[in-house]
Amino acid sequence: MFEVGLGHYLTLGAIIFTIGLVGIFLNRKNVIVLLMSIELILLAVNINLVSFSIFIDDLSGQIFTLFILTVAAAEAAIGLAIIVVYFRNAGTIRVEEIEKLKG
Amino acid sequence: MIAHAVFFYIFSFIAIVSAIMVTAARNTVHSVFFLILDFISISCLFIMIGAEFLGMIMLIVYVGAVAVLFLFVVMMLNVAQQKNQWFGSIKSSSHIPIGLLISLIIFVELLIVVGGWKYKPDLLNSSNIIISQTTSNTHSLGNVLYTDYIHLFQISGMILLVAMIGAIVLTFRERAGLKRQSYIKQISRERKDGVQVVDVPNNKGVKIDV
Repeated sequence: MFEVGLGHYLTLGAIIFTIGLVGIFLNRKNVIVLLMSIELILLAVNINLVSFSIFIDDLSGQIFTLFILTVAAAEAAIGLAIIVVYFRNAGTIRVEEIEKLKG
Repeated sequence: MIAHAVFFYIFSFIAIVSAIMVTAARNTVHSVFFLILDFISISCLFIMIGAEFLGMIMLIVYVGAVAVLFLFVVMMLNVAQQKNQWFGSIKSSSHIPIGLLISLIIFVELLIVVGGWKYKPDLLNSSNIIISQTTSNTHSLGNVLYTDYIHLFQISGMILLVAMIGAIVLTFRERAGLKRQSYIKQISRERKDGVQVVDVPNNKGVKIDV
């Protein structure tokens, strides 16, 4: 119990990953919360990479965490820009009312 | 060791609760606040486990840039006060049970993988970039990042550049009644466009139409 090992960190990553997944599946609100759930999922991936890197004593995990951070920042910027443009055109970003792609 | 465990449980409890609140909060601004709390507690975990540079970078990049960007967009779009129903409408609530079920299955699968996995003993010994005990974390990361991973590093810089250009191009809007400075008009303006010499008769004055 008081020996925090690799499994504890991996379980924490799994829990946060699942919370992000639930946020994507059950989101009835606006798309911004959905983007935040994606950020949670990327955070869980980062936890896994860093804990493996520390416990296996290999630095490459932290390097790749840096690259994931970069891509997550770029994704957030582009996603928020798309949301702003959509809100300007459609006037709403509620998930239920976004149905232009239904054809 | 006990202090380490106690801090681990405190930080991970805060992280999990705030992650739940991110998805469950009714107000979107509150979701952003809980996202910031989540990032801060996870970066505390990173600093505690020995990855100080990544913890600090998480603080700077996520809390300082990404979360503030989220907050800015939420406040700009004025969606914070709109009526947020959580599990609200009848029409679309039919996929809530199957969504919960699939999330539960995925979580159980992840736990099975975490709990039942036996690592090969070679894996723990055959690391190629060993974390050095004498140099600091930032120093050793910089040693590796600028030598072995220099191409990936530059490509990630290109990704950031493309994201910046894309965000500007997407949100740029040409407005109609906007007055701009036009250099070619300014340069090609001559004396006869602006000045008119009028002969003023005595005791009569001049009519000026503006």
